[in-house]
Amino acid sequence: MSATTGATRPPQRSYHGNPVIKEPIWKPEIPWYFFTGGLGGGSAALAYLAELGGHEQLARRAWPIALGGIGVSPLLLISDLGVPHRFLNMLRMFKVTSPMSVGSWLLVAGGATTTVAATNALTGRLAGPARLAKPAAALVGLPISTYTAALIAQTAVPAWHGARRELPAIFAAGAAASAGAAATIATPVRHAAPARRVALAGAAAELLSVQAMEQWLGAVGEPYHVEQAGTYARAARALTVGGALLIGAAGARSRVAAAVGGGMVLAGAVCERWSVFKAGLQSARDPKYVVGPQRERVDGGRGHGASRRALDGRVAEGAR
Amino acid sequence: MSERLRTHAWPGTYDGEAKPRMGFFTDTSICIGCKACEVACKEWNRVPESPQGFTGDSYDNTVDLGANSWRHVAFVEQRKPLGIDAAERSLAEAANLDQLVAETGLQTYQEGDGLRWLMASDVCKHCTEAACLEVCPTGALFRTEFGTVVVQEDVCNGCGYCVPACPFGVLDQREGDGRVWKCTLCYDRLKDDQEPACAQACPTDSIQFGELDDLRERARARVEALAEAGAERAQLYLAGDDDGIGGAGAFFLLLDDPEVYGLPPDPVDATRDLGSTWAAAGVAAAALGAALAAVVLGGRR
Repeated sequence: MSATTGATRPPQRSYHGNPVIKEPIWKPEIPWYFFTGGLGGGSAALAYLAELGGHEQLARRAWPIALGGIGVSPLLLISDLGVPHRFLNMLRMFKVTSPMSVGSWLLVAGGATTTVAATNALTGRLAGPARLAKPAAALVGLPISTYTAALIAQTAVPAWHGARRELPAIFAAGAAASAGAAATIATPVRHAAPARRVALAGAAAELLSVQAMEQWLGAVGEPYHVEQAGTYARAARALTVGGALLIGAAGARSRVAAAVGGGMVLAGAVCERWSVFKAGLQSARDPKYVVGPQRERVDGGRGHGASRRALDGRVAEGAR
Repeated sequence: MSERLRTHAWPGTYDGEAKPRMGFFTDTSICIGCKACEVACKEWNRVPESPQGFTGDSYDNTVDLGANSWRHVAFVEQRKPLGIDAAERSLAEAANLDQLVAETGLQTYQEGDGLRWLMASDVCKHCTEAACLEVCPTGALFRTEFGTVVVQEDVCNGCGYCVPACPFGVLDQREGDGRVWKCTLCYDRLKDDQEPACAQACPTDSIQFGELDDLRERARARVEALAEAGAERAQLYLAGDDDGIGGAGAFFLLLDDPEVYGLPPDPVDATRDLGSTWAAAGVAAAALGAALAAVVLGGRR
């Protein structure tokens, strides 16, 4: 176990193989929230745009989906807290350095505006407030779909922080795919053409952005391919491709095909979020992902100078 | 970018009530692994027990820092003598060099079978750029007038964000409690001009408490003396202002590389990349809006 004993020096050393950083303590609520937040935020934008484009039947169904996604999100987040009854402490302040703080306020704004918008879409009431609430809900829905990527990137977890430029694209694409797929399921086929297009474009963007992340991350991206994260990633790809093909081939004719295809795309988006979540846990758990890149930086002269040795009678920077 | 976005949480905001920055200098070269620091900390701060069982990893059954371990004494057993890579030399050569190291009279080197036993008492680093404090959404984590970083137990709602944000794995959630706990650098004792419990209990002064500037000066003299005595790998860890966390309130003198003790060799506060992280999220949100508009509205004809 101990990597420091023995005559040969292993390529990388650690303290009894123990983790260097703590594994996130977040429960399954969090990856599910990544999904519901994306679904809700994406659906609000889709609903508003459908209204603008004159797709009344589609909009009337997308608004309740948006409310469902954004409504269930705070419940998941509160349930994940160590002290749930203190959830209001999230609104003690607004901190731009804390994506979780920013997100809390986004959810407050998104929840209020989407509630008004969906109420109007379903009952016709609140027409006045809804004129403002609908574009506002659509606008707030966009960052609700992507800030969660910034949230996990803003940590010391190598697989997340290393992917800070790529993750938001994956989450945005997943939000579009989810919103399009859910609306495809809920809307009669002859009114669902824009939803199908959104589902297909979102699915394609999701597959492409995951592929791009794998290309760009290189070794840092290894946790996304192995163990549970790898299994989820493969499931996500299969479900997304299969669902998109089904929607594209038969979604315009068969409500059943549209529903099954939409369900598969939704499941694919869920699996993709789980893959990202698990990849973070895996990279935090194994010291090789934490120490490896840092040691490379130091040895390559690109370190930040955390360690300084005494050389020539004075303390100077130096690795070994 | 990071300058502008950095939280306003430095003692300067305390105006007249600001105190000199206080910290720990942990000189691991004179740590004897007695764990008095662990015990004193638990007793004073009423930290619950942390039963980890028997690990078999030398004398370390505490394993790591966490909600119920605010000091952690690491034990490393090395066969490799100081500054000598035995693998690259013949056995005869290594034995000869062994003799040389023994003659230098280094106190931490165990005579006899050539085993070097490293011990180090780890603790929260009280970073200048503290990622835990930056990401805390409730403001439970705050900067004290002494420049230390403390969790307010009556505010923390256990969101867990600080746990993976810390590049040292210091913070953790307490089971059955739900909140996050860590070293306070004995904030209550500091307010009464007392030194923290661990430093007071340390029998060898391996844990030294004081004003950070004084401690750094003392540490530089010590590492130079050790280097002169032949401890080639002796190094100061987090003793400057220009590392990835802007310097630490608790820094260390190590006899080998940080990772050997379970410390990250090049820790960086994730807040430094806040600008590019938010930019990527913003661009993705805008692209999502534009793409949805194009797909929904564009196909109308």
